[in-house]
Amino acid sequence: MQRSGISRRRLLAAPLAVALVSDAANAWAAAAEGGPKRLVVIMLRGAVDGLSVVVPYGEDAYYAARRSIAIGRPGSPGGALPLDGHFGLHPALAGLMPLWAEGGLAFVHAAGSPDPTRSHFDAQRYIESGTPGRDATPDGWMNRLLQALPGRRLPTDAVAVGPTLPRILIGGAPAANLTLGPNAARPLPIDQPELGGAFDRLYAADDALGRAYREGRSARAQLLADLAAEARAADNGAPLPAGFSGQASQLARLIARDQCIRLAFVALGGWDSHVDQGSATGPIANRLRALGDGIAALARGLGPAWRDTVVVVVSEFGRTVHENGDAGTDHGHGNVIWIAGGGIKGGRVYGEWPGLTPERLYQRRDLAVTTDFRAAIGVILERHLRLPDVKLVGVFPDAPAATPALTAMVPA
Amino acid sequence: MPMRFAGILIAACLFVSSLMAARGAEPKMDPGAPGRILHVLNRLAFGPSIDDFRRVEAIGIERWIVEQLDPAAIVEPIELRFHLAQLDTLDLDAIQLRQLYGPLRPVLGLKPTPEEKKAQAQRARLVVEQAQAARVYRAVLSRRQLQQVMVDFWFNHFNVFDKKGLDRVWIGNFEERAIRPYALGRFRDLLFAVAKHPAMLVYLDNTLNSVPRAHGSERGLNENFGREVMELHTLGVDGGYTQADVITLARVFTGWTVDPPDPKNAPAAAAVFVGARHDFSPKVFLGQPLHATGKAEGEEALDRLAKSPATARHIAFELAQYFVADMPPPPLVDRLAARFVATGGDIRAVLKTLFASPEFWASAGQKYKTPYEFVISAARASGIPLNNPRPLIAAMTELGMPLYGCQTPDGYKNTEAAWLSPDAMVRRVSFAVGLARGGLRLNGAAEAGLEAALPPPPPAPAKVAELDEMFGSTLTTRTRETVAAVPPGLRAALIIGSPDFMRR
Repeated sequence: MQRSGISRRRLLAAPLAVALVSDAANAWAAAAEGGPKRLVVIMLRGAVDGLSVVVPYGEDAYYAARRSIAIGRPGSPGGALPLDGHFGLHPALAGLMPLWAEGGLAFVHAAGSPDPTRSHFDAQRYIESGTPGRDATPDGWMNRLLQALPGRRLPTDAVAVGPTLPRILIGGAPAANLTLGPNAARPLPIDQPELGGAFDRLYAADDALGRAYREGRSARAQLLADLAAEARAADNGAPLPAGFSGQASQLARLIARDQCIRLAFVALGGWDSHVDQGSATGPIANRLRALGDGIAALARGLGPAWRDTVVVVVSEFGRTVHENGDAGTDHGHGNVIWIAGGGIKGGRVYGEWPGLTPERLYQRRDLAVTTDFRAAIGVILERHLRLPDVKLVGVFPDAPAATPALTAMVPA
Repeated sequence: MPMRFAGILIAACLFVSSLMAARGAEPKMDPGAPGRILHVLNRLAFGPSIDDFRRVEAIGIERWIVEQLDPAAIVEPIELRFHLAQLDTLDLDAIQLRQLYGPLRPVLGLKPTPEEKKAQAQRARLVVEQAQAARVYRAVLSRRQLQQVMVDFWFNHFNVFDKKGLDRVWIGNFEERAIRPYALGRFRDLLFAVAKHPAMLVYLDNTLNSVPRAHGSERGLNENFGREVMELHTLGVDGGYTQADVITLARVFTGWTVDPPDPKNAPAAAAVFVGARHDFSPKVFLGQPLHATGKAEGEEALDRLAKSPATARHIAFELAQYFVADMPPPPLVDRLAARFVATGGDIRAVLKTLFASPEFWASAGQKYKTPYEFVISAARASGIPLNNPRPLIAAMTELGMPLYGCQTPDGYKNTEAAWLSPDAMVRRVSFAVGLARGGLRLNGAAEAGLEAALPPPPPAPAKVAELDEMFGSTLTTRTRETVAAVPPGLRAALIIGSPDFMRR
C-alpha cells in the first residue's frame, strides 16, 4: 500500500480526533475473515537494555564496550542463543526459542523514537502518545487505534492490566483496566445487587466519573463471568504461577474467551539498570525470564486465537552501548522491538543494523535508531489489524512509512 | 468545571436554610460558606474531619489558613501523640537505623548465617511499617493538615523508593529529617537537605558515582543523580540544561556518598563527601564556571539550581497543579514563580499568594483525588477512631499507589489522567462501603500486644450525622436524592463513595 505524503500532511492539519472519524464499517469488511484480530502491547518501563536482549554477538565492538556485562557468544557458558549468525537471544529467554523456531517471533533492532530525549518520563509519554516531541497530544495511540477499529464499542474492547489506566489508552474511546492476579475475582461489596444498584444511580451522570464507573462495572461483570467459566474449565482453578507469567496466563484466558477484547496493554517496570545489571544471570536476566515465560504462556493460553494475535514489546529508549563505571548502563537511544504472533513472518531480525563502532553510534555513545517505532508498529496495524492507510495516519500522524523489507514482517 | 462549581453553590444556597433550621442555629456566615469551608479543607487538608470542619466554621477561613501556615504553633491531638509515641524507630538517626536494622556484619570473623540474614530483613520491615503508620496517623489525625499535605507533596517531588538498598530503613528518616522540617520553609534548604540525605544518594545511585579510574576503585561516573536533580528536583525537563550539563553535574557530585559502615568508629553522619572519589578538575555548569572545589562545588551547583528562574517556574507549576487544577492557569503560575524568585524561594510566601488568588477560589471540585487523598479523606470524614492504619495502607496498594512504593523518581502524579480509571472507580466505591460499615476495623488494635489478647472492639461504622453536617448542604442533587432514598445503614457508604467525594 503506497502512502501519499500530501494526503498525510493535509490530514495532519486537522486535529487528531477529526482525522479518525468516518467510514468504519466498509473498509473493515475484509478484516472480518477468521477470528477478530488482536494486539497486545507490553511496555517495559525504565528502558530495557536491548543489547542484552538481542545480542549483536557478531560485533567485536559489543565486547569491547562491555567488559563485564556482555552476553557471551553462542556456545560459551551462559552464551547467547543463536538467532541468525549475527544476533543471539539472551539465554534467560530460552522459553521463547520454540516460538522463534516456528516463525512466531521476530525482532526489529535499532528501533526507537526519533526524539532525542533521555528522560524516561518524556520518552514514555512519546511512545504512548505516538507523537514523539509533541507534548500537547491529549490521547494515547492505542485509544486512537480503538476509535479507528470498526464495530460496536464496549469498555472491554481495550483492556489494560493494572490498577491505573495508562496514558497509551487514554482518549475518546472507552477503555477498561483490570487488576489481574490471584485476587482478581475476590468478591467486592459493589457486586451485591442492592449496593450496586444504589451506586449505579449515583454514577448515572454522563461525565468522566460516570463513564469510568460504568466501564468499570461492565468490565468487572465480564471478568467475573469469564473467570467463573474458567474455574469450571479443565484446569479446575489450579493456582497460577506468580508474577507476570501468571498474569499473562490469566490475560490469555480472558482474551481467548472474550471475543470483545481487541487491544490489551501491560506495563512491566524495573528495567532501569544503572548498577550491576548482570549478564547471563542477574537482575535483568531474572526479569527477562519472567517476561519470556509470560509471552510463551500467553501464546499457549490463547490456543487457536494465537493465530489472530500479535504481541509487541517496546521500551522508551535503549541504554548506552558502553557499560558505565557501575557494571550497569545509562540512558541511551536505539533499542529492540519484539514482535510475536501466530500470523507473522518471524524467525528473523528486521531493521537496518547500524553497527556499534564509535562513528556509527548516535552521539558517539548510543545505538542509533534506524527504524521509527511507529513504522514498525504501523506494519502490525496496517497488515495484521488491517487498518486502512487513512486511519493509520490518525493513529501515528507524521510517522515515516515502513520499508518494504519491514512490511514483509506480516504476510499479506 | 465552572458548571460544577455553580451547581455546588446552588445546592448550598438551597439547602443551607434547612441545614440551619435542623441544627437550630443562626447562620453565622454567608450562604456560600459551607462550600468555601469544604474547599479550603479539601485543598489545605486531606478533606474535612468533623473537628477541623467545626474549627474552620468557628474561627473563619482566613484565620484557619494563617494557623496552618505556622504548624509549630498548633497543638496536636493527644491520640496522635499517643500513637506516634509507640513508634520507636521514628526518632532514630540514619546511623542508628543502619546499625540496628541494616545488613548484619561479620562479628569476630563469624559471618551471619542465611537464617540470621533473613531474620534481620524481617526485622527491618518494622522500620518501613512504622514510617507508613506514622504517615497515615498524621495525615488522618493531625491538626497541622497543611504540613501533612506539603510533606506528601514534597515527598512526591523528591521521591525515593522503599525497596532500593538501605532505603528500606532510611525512607522514614528521609521524610522526617529532609522533608518535614522544610516543607513550608525555603526551597534551597529543602533541596540541600534532600541532596545530602543518604536515602536519596542511594536511591539515585550517587553512592556509586566517582571519578573514573579513581585509585583503588573500578567504579566510575554515574549520571542518574545529576540528571534527576535537574530534570525532576529543580529546573524541570525543559529548564534549559544539556546532556553536557548532566555529565558535568554528575562529575560535580562525585564523592557525595554514604560512608562504609564502621562499628568501631561510628561517624556523625551517614552521608559523607569522600575526596578520593571526587573529580577535582575545573567545570563549566549551565554556561558558567564553578568557582568552589570539592564538597563546596556541589553546594555551589545546587545554589545555582535553586536560584534559577526555571526552578521557580517548575515549582510554581507543580504547586498550582496540586492546589488548583491539573492544567493550572498560566497567569497564576507566572505570579507564583515571580513570588518564588522575589522571596528567594520562600515556600510559605508562595503558598500565601496561591491561597489568596481568585484562581484558587474558583477551582473547587476540579481535582480528582489520588488514591492516597481518597483513602485518607475517607478515613477523616468517617469519624471512625483510628487505632489500626493497616487497612488504609493496604487500600492504597490495591488502588495502585503503595505508600513509599513509587519506584520511579518522578513520584506519584496528582492528575485525573493518572488516576481516574474504570477499575479505580469500582474499587473506590467498594472501599467506601467497607469503611462506612466499620468492616475495615480501623478502631481495632494494630499491634500484636496486650490488646490483641482482648476481644476486638465491635465494628465502628461511619458517623452519618457528621457526614451530613459536613457534606449535606454541598452535595449535588443527584447524590442527595440517591442518598436519601437508600436505607439509613447505607447512607454513609454512599456519601463517601459518591462522585462528589472523589473530587476535591
